[in-house]
Amino acid sequence: MSPNDVVITGIGIVSSLGLGADVHWQALTAPEPKPVVDSERFSPFTVHPLPEIDWSQQIPKRGDQRQMETWQRLGTYTAGLALQDAGIKEDEALCTSMDMIVAAGGGERDVDVDQAILDASLSREDHGILLNEKLTTELRPTLFLAQLSNLLAGNISIVHKVTGSSRTFMGEEGAGIAAIETAAARIRSGQSSHVLVGAAFQTEHPDMLLAYELGGYLQRDGWSSVWDRQGKQGGGVITGSGAAFLVLESREHAEKRGRKAYATISKIVSDRSRRREDSLRETLGQMLAKLDVSEPTLAISGASGAQMPTTVEKTVLEANENLAVRGFGSLTGHLKEAQFPFAVALAALAIHNGQSYPAFDAANERPLEQAPEAVVATAVGYSCFEGVGLITKA
Amino acid sequence: MAVKTTDSFGRPLVAVTGMGLVTSLGQGKKDNWAALTSGRSGIHRITRFPTDHLAATIAGTVDFLPQSSQGASALTYALADLAAEEAIAESGFSVTDFGGPLFLAAPPVELDWHHRLRLFAQSDRERGWRSLLDAARDANERERFDECQFATIADRLSDKYGTRGMPITLSTACASGATAIQLGVEAIRRGECERALAIGSDGSATAEALIRFSLLSALTTQNEVPEKASKPFSKDRSGFVLAEGAAALVLEPLEAALARGADVLGIMLGCGEKADDFHRTRSKPDGSPAIGAVRAAIADAGISVEEVDYVNAHGTSTPENDKMEHLSLSTVFGERIRNIPVSSNKSMIGHTLSAAGAIEAVVSFLTMREGVIPPTINYEIPDPAIELDVVPNVKREADVKVVLSNSFGFGGQNTCLVMAREAR
Repeated sequence: MSPNDVVITGIGIVSSLGLGADVHWQALTAPEPKPVVDSERFSPFTVHPLPEIDWSQQIPKRGDQRQMETWQRLGTYTAGLALQDAGIKEDEALCTSMDMIVAAGGGERDVDVDQAILDASLSREDHGILLNEKLTTELRPTLFLAQLSNLLAGNISIVHKVTGSSRTFMGEEGAGIAAIETAAARIRSGQSSHVLVGAAFQTEHPDMLLAYELGGYLQRDGWSSVWDRQGKQGGGVITGSGAAFLVLESREHAEKRGRKAYATISKIVSDRSRRREDSLRETLGQMLAKLDVSEPTLAISGASGAQMPTTVEKTVLEANENLAVRGFGSLTGHLKEAQFPFAVALAALAIHNGQSYPAFDAANERPLEQAPEAVVATAVGYSCFEGVGLITKA
Repeated sequence: MAVKTTDSFGRPLVAVTGMGLVTSLGQGKKDNWAALTSGRSGIHRITRFPTDHLAATIAGTVDFLPQSSQGASALTYALADLAAEEAIAESGFSVTDFGGPLFLAAPPVELDWHHRLRLFAQSDRERGWRSLLDAARDANERERFDECQFATIADRLSDKYGTRGMPITLSTACASGATAIQLGVEAIRRGECERALAIGSDGSATAEALIRFSLLSALTTQNEVPEKASKPFSKDRSGFVLAEGAAALVLEPLEAALARGADVLGIMLGCGEKADDFHRTRSKPDGSPAIGAVRAAIADAGISVEEVDYVNAHGTSTPENDKMEHLSLSTVFGERIRNIPVSSNKSMIGHTLSAAGAIEAVVSFLTMREGVIPPTINYEIPDPAIELDVVPNVKREADVKVVLSNSFGFGGQNTCLVMAREAR
């Protein structure tokens, strides 16, 4: 134990399963956890939709809510849950000295404006002028801000007054991995005392699906477990809306303010393998070896369902006989930038509760009775970048 | 006496041993420096796309590359690539096996309109966005997928230059370039790496970007004489000019740089940041976040306010920034600010957004090495409320040992860098 150990003192998570850490713990430890899916609205794609959220619980000003679209609201809301959970919310001194790293994609475009341009383009040749004409007259200024990647962090600063520093990492799952890795490294080295770190993903928008489908990644014939997507139509990814924010602190900082921690982040390992089956397998194997897992425990997997990387990840995790894998993506969908923070949050909850999650997919995941002492969290990017972490007792 | 290789906090001093630069003024440090010191503007009329209906019809776009017409993602990559190549070559490290992490500041990416329109035209056109999604899948163009992934540019740069580990792509709006450098400095101070590559790149001056910034009233509409439109600290400035460019810096512990006999171009002495919680596009009226960022950078550098010889201003040419930057500088430096030269590179190259902080860091090091301060051009009608020595219109020879460079971002992200000519 060291004063600069990285402990998790606040968890905010949202997914189709509900709002907050407790609701998720209940849902995921129920005998047969059931996914919440919507296969109609974006058919042929299935999504895990957001639950009903009363934004004003965490974003009290209507004016603030109006300045954001759902993605930024979701992130700001979930960041609020994490701050509240850590007892930092509305503590001005702690918030103004708090660092922040947000992993972000982009926000929602205006579907109606875009569609109007697409429709008009069919009967005109002067597309450049058409764009100028429509965009200058029909875009709402606030929507641009709602789209900007760094404005999720900006909104968190405005709503929750977290202003020590504000950094936004971009790059799908890798951004979420790097955000936690960097935050932990800063705390461990004394560069930071407390950091808000996390991400949100709002999949219920055509452009969010388009980004996957340009590469043919989405599954098109309904829901199946993340481990059971070979032979289905499409690329194997089923997305979900959700978010995960964590409050990380140095052990010393948490103890000084009398906070109990959920768990410790012992190690984060990230890499960039060449995306071929053999090289991904080798890289993941090496990354996992660095975590040095010696007792039977859980591996909370952020597997996306994308066929090649998911198959490789399963092979590598199962090769370690100590690991009982839990693919939470079956139940939440792929949360993109939030995938790794979400995995770390679920790992921390298992440590904190001294209990393992039951199999989320009994046909593909083996049971584990032991109370886990050290839980593995993974996120293997559907297209690139990989991260694993070891979460241990506080 | 041996050169000091740690700072006053006992941390490794971070040397800069390679720098690369591309702006609308040209490719490479040499051409850029010649243009910047002769007070030449890179701002011109936009020819890349039609400007009918646009309020701003000028920009500092980089039009001289093959990728200039291939969309924001391709151009941002190309700019970063050129800057990285120049920087790594200068550092003496391998251009195929760099061996340190990559920190890239880059703009968010989306499917380019050109492709969105084309894919829709290829579709059955009848079911709105569903038709577009079907067409996207049927077309199966991996290049389009890659362009829409935020990780792609850094991933490709990592491949080409052999950087280590998972690269980080970041956005802190107009402060991004400075944040990329800060991440590199912090990684070296933590002892995680023996070198780091920090790049800021932005090739995203599309029609839509121009329109979006115009809708926020951020851009000047003084289109008549493009090269005169960016006029930071002038009474009649009315907004910034959107621009493109890139800069790359090779960072390494000074001790390692000296040990391998590298040419040390300067020292990245300190970084400071402070976020604003006031408003999405406006800064706190009391300037406290900008003040906090400047003070944090000076404190992190372990120097006193008196040691700063020159300020490379954020200087966007918006009334809001000018006022706030003046307020923050005069608060931190007091009466002495009247005697500290403060100039804005953006008067010549415009606002390169994600790249600006890195570009201005490179120019700051050149300023110290050459002993010449690039001017703030177009300074004809001084703003009487802003009493600064802006190095008006003509370069100035000066012995500059320490530079403060400001980057104040939209969305409240402020980052300042303190750079020194030599270890101190």
